Amino acid sequence: MTTLTGAARTGDAAGPPAVNRNVAGRRRNRWFAQVGWRHLVAVLGVLFSLFPIVFVLSAALNPLGTLSTTELVPTDGVSLGNFGGLFERTAFGRWFLNSLLIAGVASFASVFLSALAAYAFSRMRFRGRRVGLLALLLIQMFPQFLAIVAIYLIFGTITDLWPAIGFNTPWGLLLLYMGGALGVNTWLMKGFFDTLPRELDESATMDGASHAQVFFRIMLPLVAPILAVTGLLAFIGTINEFLMANVFLTSSDSKTLAVGMYGLLQGNERNNNFGIFAAGTLLTAIPTVLVFQLLQRYIVSGLTAGAVKG
Amino acid sequence: MSTPLSGPGSATQAPGRGPGGSRPPRSRATRDHAPITLTGVAGKVLLLGLTAGIAVWAAFPLIDGEKWAGLALLAATTAALFYLYLTRRHIPAKYLVPGTLFLIAFQVFPVLYTASTAFTNFGDGHRGGKDEAIVAIQTSSVTQVPGSAEYALSIATKGDPATGPLVFLVTDPTTGTVSAGDTGGLRQLDAADVTVAPGGKVTAADGYTVLNFGQASARSKEITDLVVPTAGGALRSSGLSRAYEGKAVRAYEAGCDCVRDTETGQTWTADEELGAFVAADGERLAQGWKVNVGLSNFTRVLTDKNISGPFLGTLIWNIAFAVASTGGTFLLGMLIALVLHSPRMRGTHLYRVLLVLPYAMPSFAMLLAWRDMFNADFGLINNLLGLDVDWFGQPWTARFAVILVQLWLGYPYMFLVATGALQAIPRELTEATSVDGASPWQSFRAVTLPLLLVALSPLLISSFAYNFNNFNAIYLTTEGAPFPADNPTNGATDLLITYTYRLAFGGQGAQFGFAAAISLFIFAIVAVVSAVSFRRTRKQEEVYS
Repeated sequence: MTTLTGAARTGDAAGPPAVNRNVAGRRRNRWFAQVGWRHLVAVLGVLFSLFPIVFVLSAALNPLGTLSTTELVPTDGVSLGNFGGLFERTAFGRWFLNSLLIAGVASFASVFLSALAAYAFSRMRFRGRRVGLLALLLIQMFPQFLAIVAIYLIFGTITDLWPAIGFNTPWGLLLLYMGGALGVNTWLMKGFFDTLPRELDESATMDGASHAQVFFRIMLPLVAPILAVTGLLAFIGTINEFLMANVFLTSSDSKTLAVGMYGLLQGNERNNNFGIFAAGTLLTAIPTVLVFQLLQRYIVSGLTAGAVKG
Repeated sequence: MSTPLSGPGSATQAPGRGPGGSRPPRSRATRDHAPITLTGVAGKVLLLGLTAGIAVWAAFPLIDGEKWAGLALLAATTAALFYLYLTRRHIPAKYLVPGTLFLIAFQVFPVLYTASTAFTNFGDGHRGGKDEAIVAIQTSSVTQVPGSAEYALSIATKGDPATGPLVFLVTDPTTGTVSAGDTGGLRQLDAADVTVAPGGKVTAADGYTVLNFGQASARSKEITDLVVPTAGGALRSSGLSRAYEGKAVRAYEAGCDCVRDTETGQTWTADEELGAFVAADGERLAQGWKVNVGLSNFTRVLTDKNISGPFLGTLIWNIAFAVASTGGTFLLGMLIALVLHSPRMRGTHLYRVLLVLPYAMPSFAMLLAWRDMFNADFGLINNLLGLDVDWFGQPWTARFAVILVQLWLGYPYMFLVATGALQAIPRELTEATSVDGASPWQSFRAVTLPLLLVALSPLLISSFAYNFNNFNAIYLTTEGAPFPADNPTNGATDLLITYTYRLAFGGQGAQFGFAAAISLFIFAIVAVVSAVSFRRTRKQEEVYS
């Protein structure tokens, strides 16, 4: 109820000054029917969105650092001990770096690879173009991780032959993620390239630019903002990828954040580790939340443009 | 690699010239006049050099392992890449090949490999060929019998004491000769090369590093497992300093194609269809071999009562989960988007920043946090509501919980896209309906909702496909629990993908063949759903032009 009056006050301040008490009462009713209930629903939505995050925040600041002593609002005082414990007791820094490396390189490379392919599909006419586009559409229906059994067996052989790109290395996982790149993003990118007027690259070709110059000097800079958003979404997706990383990375030093923090909450230490886990969650969230809020508008347009992708 | 993408004679067209397909007569001349820039040449040299370097690096292990087919494939791929980027032809292929190489190696090939595995019994106990299974059966049955010869044993290696392959150095007590043995067999060493301590233990040998007690005990499991085949049976360790020559109790007899136990006389006959040695009473030996089992992995899903019942339940729940997650997030997201979509509404920016926070948080960590919020003993949900519910202990509360978590994770996304779609609907349309006397509900039903659905239905389809295989949503929360008492492999909240994962990697022993068969079931379902929905929307067709 406090939220309601809070919202009502905002509305009053916004509305024109009341002439007398009676009119004010009627206005207030009409205001609630038109706008007030919207605030009520929105506040309920915000509460639903926020309470798990507040819980994690409270757990991270909880000096005892256990799940059983964590309340929604910290009552036993506040401490940053969990953040220190996170770096002392686990290889969190290493996991963070691994995740940044894998997700950074994988999202950059996959956006670049699919931009290359999308340029060919959008601007060139060649035999097999339609078949290629259809094949990509088919392939993207089969998520890579469904073949996890085969991938595991294949990488068993790869680990025997080339340990440097086998299990427990970031490079093997990276290669695997790049395998899914073309299927996921090419259609999306082709849509972006199709929106650029053909006259641009035609005139550049007339001026003697090669196909590579058209691509790198003209097309790429024009779609760069949307590429950045696509890359960011791919980055967040890769950070959250757990299934394949969990099969791939078993040694503590090679783990990513998802695999490492999952391990924190396994077995007997589950209750005791909750505080440092929550601290790790917040540290992981800070960069993504910041970028998300900054790029929100572009993300919305990127998502709806991706609607064609299916 | 480039042939499927651009056959010879295709792709000879400069970019962006002329309308689709028809080749301008002078394109060849145009290309020859294309400038050669310094950066272009430098980039080309650098990348091709890198390719050559990687190819050479990758070739050595293949040569060592004598994998000639792999080596040929590597050489052909490298040569094709060099040809492609040094020629002036095949321009589209230059852009398509890099991604396609990864696609073929790490997506298409695994999918085909999955399909072929699904027709075998590959898994724990069925990994190698029949000969390997026979050797494994015989050596694992080696036991010490009265009168077995005892040897003094030293553990040695030719490599690093911590990781190198182990070798047994044994001294025959009667003759005093020293032999070295590994899984390949036993061979005698020259007496001049070894130093033997009183009691028969070898302390040094040319070419070998003898492990000290600490190094040996650190690898005691490997030492126990090492079996050295000999003429009369096999040599095994007994502790770290004694070895005995035991007799294989079970032996393979080629005449009857069976394994016979020499002590009990029991026989297990080879069954080529099952890939195992089976006794008359149906008992199987643990070590079998990999065979083609045809469609039996698929029919097992339908005919085996222990599997088909739970499988059908899992399939229904899987569809229900995907529908509920997609529908729930869409309804809630759209509701809040509609609520905020009003010209008189203030503070929408602040609301939006707070509402989309769940989407920006790392989802794997928040799934784990939700799991602990549902903890029966000290979870937040029970504490706040004063309940005492074992959320993940009962099928329906567990299902409710995972859908609630999906709702939380997914609705900000739907809110964002619904907001975008709402802003794209011209306000005149809804204003026109209200002039015509329609109620807000009528105008929503007749104008806003259909337009929203047109814009968002491709997103809803992809969201459905994503949730259908939403591994994290289950594995990071309930892990499929609760499980029925009689079936530890298939729980009430299991999706097909988590079920597959448990079959392949769970504690029950790997069943790769069966897991691959289930993967193909999922492939088929996803393909049918996508094909039907794409046919309905037809949105893709426009993009071909």
